[in-house]
Amino acid sequence: MSSLPLAVPRRRRRSVRHTLDVRVSPYAYVAPFFLLFCAFGLFPLIYTAWVSLHDWTLLSDEHTFVGAKNFGTLLADGYFWNATFNTLSIGVLSTAPQLLLAIWLAHLLNRRLRFQTLFRVSLLLPNVTSVVAVVVIFSQLFGRDFGVINWVLSWFGAGSVDWAAGTASSHIALSVMIMWRWTGYNALIFLAAMQAVPRELYEAATLDGASNFTQLRRITIPMIRPTIIFVVIVSTIGAMQIIAEPLLFGASSGAGGGAASGGPDRQYQTLALFVYEQGFTKFDFGYASAASWLMFLAVVLVAGVNFLITRRVKGGLV
Amino acid sequence: MRLRYLTLTAVAFFSAFPLYYSVVVASRHNSALAQVPPPLWPGGNFFANVSRVFDTVPFGLALLNSVIVAGAIAVAVMFFSTLAGFAFAKLRFRGRNVMLLITVATMMVPAQLGIIPLYLLMVKLEWTGTMYALVVPALVNAFGVFFMTQYLSRALPTELLEAGRVDGCTTWRLFWHVVVPVARPAASVLGMLTFMSAWNDYFWPLVVLTPENPTVQVALSTLASGYVNDYVLGLAGTAVGTLPLVLVFVLFGKQIIGGIMQGAVKG
Repeated sequence: MSSLPLAVPRRRRRSVRHTLDVRVSPYAYVAPFFLLFCAFGLFPLIYTAWVSLHDWTLLSDEHTFVGAKNFGTLLADGYFWNATFNTLSIGVLSTAPQLLLAIWLAHLLNRRLRFQTLFRVSLLLPNVTSVVAVVVIFSQLFGRDFGVINWVLSWFGAGSVDWAAGTASSHIALSVMIMWRWTGYNALIFLAAMQAVPRELYEAATLDGASNFTQLRRITIPMIRPTIIFVVIVSTIGAMQIIAEPLLFGASSGAGGGAASGGPDRQYQTLALFVYEQGFTKFDFGYASAASWLMFLAVVLVAGVNFLITRRVKGGLV
Repeated sequence: MRLRYLTLTAVAFFSAFPLYYSVVVASRHNSALAQVPPPLWPGGNFFANVSRVFDTVPFGLALLNSVIVAGAIAVAVMFFSTLAGFAFAKLRFRGRNVMLLITVATMMVPAQLGIIPLYLLMVKLEWTGTMYALVVPALVNAFGVFFMTQYLSRALPTELLEAGRVDGCTTWRLFWHVVVPVARPAASVLGMLTFMSAWNDYFWPLVVLTPENPTVQVALSTLASGYVNDYVLGLAGTAVGTLPLVLVFVLFGKQIIGGIMQGAVKG
């Protein structure tokens, strides 16, 4: 009997704690992600805008406010437009064939198949290889005098191509590296979506005498449209930010003019590489931040356009 | 039918050939590269070349740094993603759906564009040149949270949680005794994926680290960007820095691929 008055408050205290636990702990569990994203993702992105309005270099502690001056200079900077052109060119060359190939490969894999795992593992092998390794390996393969690729081309009577030297040829070489690394990965994502398409659709189509290609076009592609849109957007955002490949290609093909310039004639300097050159070789943070922001706008613009096109084209196919 | 196998075999060949060829070059002497036709099978110089790699750059230190960085990131991502995934999948709280949506949306943010302020932040924290600059920003990411949310909402029976509640478990105890055992298979796939991408991360380490205290990728790029085109040296380094990962991948490939495809369907 004497223990009763003690027990009541204890139970109440426990229930307060219980309520707190149920109400508050979920927020505590998701908090690490949001805190980290705000500190190292969102804050830098926004702060970029602030830095871009200043004369901000590594050498001086004074950061004078200059308004839109950096943006004005950028729009008149030929190197900036050159980088924009290169980014779009490499982006289109690497992404468009890559995604078509990926859909086709996924379609081939989407049947009962022997050596299923072996094929999938080999498709993803390039994606496990680091960018550095990819570029080092391909710089050797694309070598002018003793590269395997020129050797193979010579069977067909082609002369030695100096891949790193030209604008078109260097863009092709870089696109091949990017495609090699990402096609299999995207194929697996398409494959995952394709496996969710009901089998009966294909069986019915086969009975109706629809060819393999017709089935791909009329059943598979419309059914996995959301995934296609998703992959197109993600790939576009990725393609607009390409930097490691041209940076390393410049370094390992022994081109002069510093690796960050993207070749002696800037023939393969991308926008991200331009930002890197301004920010981390010339330490002009204000100017580089302004370029970052214009690049951000370009990413949003191109991703938006691609979104609309993807929606449209698929609508037209059905 | 036969065409399908032929095509897939050709693709498998093109996927594997560059890696194979890198070993061929890495096991040769530089003079062998100036041959037409190029050498197509491995030579006997591999270990001599690898020891040249260790003489040229601090490769031992780089390997150690990479193991520590990638390991720490993988463990942290597994832990925090499971925790957040549990909350998003099974706990009720105000704003849950909106917060999950925001999490997914952040995957689309081109974070690389904030690289200059991020660098300035690291300068301020005095983390440049240290592994903190790599590990701390990567402790948890949106992909991991989303991945674990998807998995736990499918694999974790709500009755199990309710039974735990009835027994008087706090949410934290539920997490350790009910959620973690169920989450283990997906979390280990996530851990492997995270380890691989942290191991391969190049651009950010290049920006914040110095060649004296590098990760494997930074050391490799130092090797590759010498003024003399020493391809053999570069590819020998690549082989040592990449092939262990490729091997692990080939061993666990089935699970890893399953993980990637599962994460993808819902996305």
